[in-house]
Amino acid sequence: MDLKDKLLSSFIAFENNVDLDHPVHEVRSEAIKNFETKGFPSKKDEAWKYTSLNNIQKVDFSVFPKKESALEYRDIKKYFLHEIDTYKIVFVDGVYSSYLSETTHDGVDVCLMSAALTKPQYKQVIDVYFNKVASKDETLTTLNTAFSKEGAYIYIPKNKVPKKPIQIVHFATGNEAALMLQPRNLVIAEENAEVQIIERHQSLTENEVFTNSVTEIFAAKDANVDYYKVQNDAKTASLVDNTYISQKDNSVVRVHTFSFGGKLTRNNLNFYQNGERIDSILKGVTILGDKQHVDHHTLVHHAQPNCESHQDYKGIFGEKSTGVFNGKIIVDKIAQKTNAFQQNNNILISDKATINTKPQLEIFADDVKCSHGCTIGQLDEDALFYLQSRGIPRKEATALLMYAFANNVLESVRIPELKTRINKIIANTLGVRVGFEL
Amino acid sequence: MAYTEEELKKELETKEYEYGFYTDIESETFPKGLSEDIVIAISQKKQEPEWMTEWRLEAFRVWKQMEEPEWANVNYEKPNFQDISYYSAPNKKPKYNSLDEVDPELLDTFKRLGISLDEQKKLAGVAVDIVMDSVSVATTFKKTLAEKGIIFCSISEAIQEHPELVKKYIGTVVPQKDNFYAALNSAVFSDGSFCYIPKGVRCPMELSTYFRINQAGTGQFERTLVIADEGSYVSYLEGCTAPSRDENQLHAAVVELIALDDAEIKYSTVQNWFPGDKNGKGGVFNFVTKRGLCEKNAKISWTQVETGSAVTWKYPSCVLKGDNSIGEFYSIAVTNNFQQADTGTKMIHLGKNTKSTIISKGISAGQSQNSYRGLVQVNSRAENARNFSQCDSLLMGNRCGAHTFPYIEAKNKSAQIEHEATTSKIGEDQIFYCNQRGIDTEKAIALIVNGFSKEVLNKLPMEFAVEAQKLLEISLEGSVG
Repeated sequence: MDLKDKLLSSFIAFENNVDLDHPVHEVRSEAIKNFETKGFPSKKDEAWKYTSLNNIQKVDFSVFPKKESALEYRDIKKYFLHEIDTYKIVFVDGVYSSYLSETTHDGVDVCLMSAALTKPQYKQVIDVYFNKVASKDETLTTLNTAFSKEGAYIYIPKNKVPKKPIQIVHFATGNEAALMLQPRNLVIAEENAEVQIIERHQSLTENEVFTNSVTEIFAAKDANVDYYKVQNDAKTASLVDNTYISQKDNSVVRVHTFSFGGKLTRNNLNFYQNGERIDSILKGVTILGDKQHVDHHTLVHHAQPNCESHQDYKGIFGEKSTGVFNGKIIVDKIAQKTNAFQQNNNILISDKATINTKPQLEIFADDVKCSHGCTIGQLDEDALFYLQSRGIPRKEATALLMYAFANNVLESVRIPELKTRINKIIANTLGVRVGFEL
Repeated sequence: MAYTEEELKKELETKEYEYGFYTDIESETFPKGLSEDIVIAISQKKQEPEWMTEWRLEAFRVWKQMEEPEWANVNYEKPNFQDISYYSAPNKKPKYNSLDEVDPELLDTFKRLGISLDEQKKLAGVAVDIVMDSVSVATTFKKTLAEKGIIFCSISEAIQEHPELVKKYIGTVVPQKDNFYAALNSAVFSDGSFCYIPKGVRCPMELSTYFRINQAGTGQFERTLVIADEGSYVSYLEGCTAPSRDENQLHAAVVELIALDDAEIKYSTVQNWFPGDKNGKGGVFNFVTKRGLCEKNAKISWTQVETGSAVTWKYPSCVLKGDNSIGEFYSIAVTNNFQQADTGTKMIHLGKNTKSTIISKGISAGQSQNSYRGLVQVNSRAENARNFSQCDSLLMGNRCGAHTFPYIEAKNKSAQIEHEATTSKIGEDQIFYCNQRGIDTEKAIALIVNGFSKEVLNKLPMEFAVEAQKLLEISLEGSVG
């Protein structure tokens, strides 16, 4: 049975475990119909031209984990940003782990999607926000919507700021030979609220994991949202991350994506600007080796005047890795005075590595400043020689230059401990010790 | 620009489509529709050898299996391929020795187009091979070229007289089954130009052809084949105008360039076909496949100014097969009213140390849509490939759109690729600056547009540059908001 059929039949089983009278269930039924018609995307779809899910579809994934798994905090501590105090929403094989988590209802709601979808006190919020910005058309998003049940639910009311950042961590224990996860997150920052979120997916064994995640973020007027995606998973884990962001007047949303691990990673990052004077910031660092494949698909839709967007993606590709960047900026007719910038720089360090990039602009307004730049190149031989002539070995010199290359993406990380952590991961990935903090 | 303000204003006001007249020349036209019989009939009509007929039929069979492409960023009513007549030739077809023998009506047409044959002969030193409704009727300067061993004639003549060259090269760069329109062209092409520059010869003059679409309801399918043998050089000009017609006319040309070792081909186009009227009615569909192949140390340079056609779908490309070969693409695409253009280039780097440059300027006004679509591909064996691309778009008014779809695929670590794109409008301060100095807004815009397009205009041969500059002004008439 192929994966599509398996998912379709699993949906019937899934229905036994959810409240069929809840209005969300109608959304789910609608979504599964869409997935049934469209199925998995193929290379014939323009958006999936460079990324194939064929191998994933061949794997016999279990859609619901059979047994519960317990983890000891000390074993997995290193996967948390443990240097600072944070709220934690932790899932083990797709099941919420209250033992590892730290949630709150103190002024803000940092809790579970399953609670939000069932408990009456959340109904009003769910009615207004759930599945409102996520695509009802994109096939993998609708697949996730159909199975939406668990994930993080974060609600920050007007003028509130949570006391500490929030970490969302998904562990896969490897108890199943192959596991498919479909977390669904909802983040709402009301007027003038602020929140910082770090998200991570971590597989603990060599067993195969396929995560198809959807996150919806709503930033109301004057809200400020920082979202950090740390993708440093095992080399047998695949991730399709769909993030949909709706912004209102004066809001600022920053999404940083750090892609170092994983077998196949596809990031669909979609910003919809539904107000004026909005700022959207998309940053990414990708460092790959082996046969890894990372595909960044970004969309910034400027629908109102006087808004800005800034995109900066850097990629370093070694061994047989493949990188894809497809950045799309749409500026509507009425979105005058838009400033949209997009930058994508890539370095290939191996003969077998491939980079495919397609920075795309679709502009319908005339009074705009839009630009995109894209480069593919190598490290400057002269710069390497300069460093070597001052006694820095070639390997370290290379790493230094790569640091420098990726550094301006890190500059905008507003949690210092996270920045340090990312720097360490970069150093590990490049296999060097530079001996000082950058 | 020796225009006074009044004159320009008047001209712009009255400007419908300058070249929109229809010359009444008796034509022999095939019945509408397409079948194997028609393909054979075209081939027989042109007294082609059997291998050519076979080649056309092969293309036709492939075409029947193919579907019309839909990926381009354009919307239009698809042509009914059974409602087109695939062959029409001017009836009187003598071979002229001098201009006096040419049909006076035809000469008049050219005069109105601003192409004076004798003037060009004398002043510009341009040999003109005029394609009027698919059959070449006038060829000049052949003698001068023949002395150098250069073959410049219509492709049907080449099939008769130089079958070995045609047979060897036709379809090598753009195979019959390359795409839907290339296949259609391969099956039914009526005429076109053929050019061969022998080893080490530098063509002493700019070669040029003017294509025209005449005769209601006849699509035109030209085929151009330019071969520059080792160490040779040629600059080839192609310019186009067509009469106003309400019915959409289809134009599916194929251009193949072959630059052998150390050769250089410069191919310039000014395209000004009927773009449809102010309400988007009518206009030419321009679906063209242009591609060049560079052998070792060869260079191919495409320069194009696209101002006409209702729908343009055109990607002049370079296959950089040989080591150290160079591909260049310079383009200005102007769209106004309801025009749609999806144009760009493909640079395929296969050889070592290959270089390519892409400069694309898009100007959209009215309710038009202008897209740049390009591919830069560096294959794994293309060491030290270098590409620079720049795509700038200028928007006039808020009802038009500018789009960029650059595809960049690199499979070699030594590749250096840069891509830059910007979109902007003409700054109010720039116009104010001009106004302040006594230049009215319309002229200021022409000035700014010319400045914006300068990098590309500079690449055009002299004669074309002047014409192109004027075209830009005319195409953007009334777009000042």
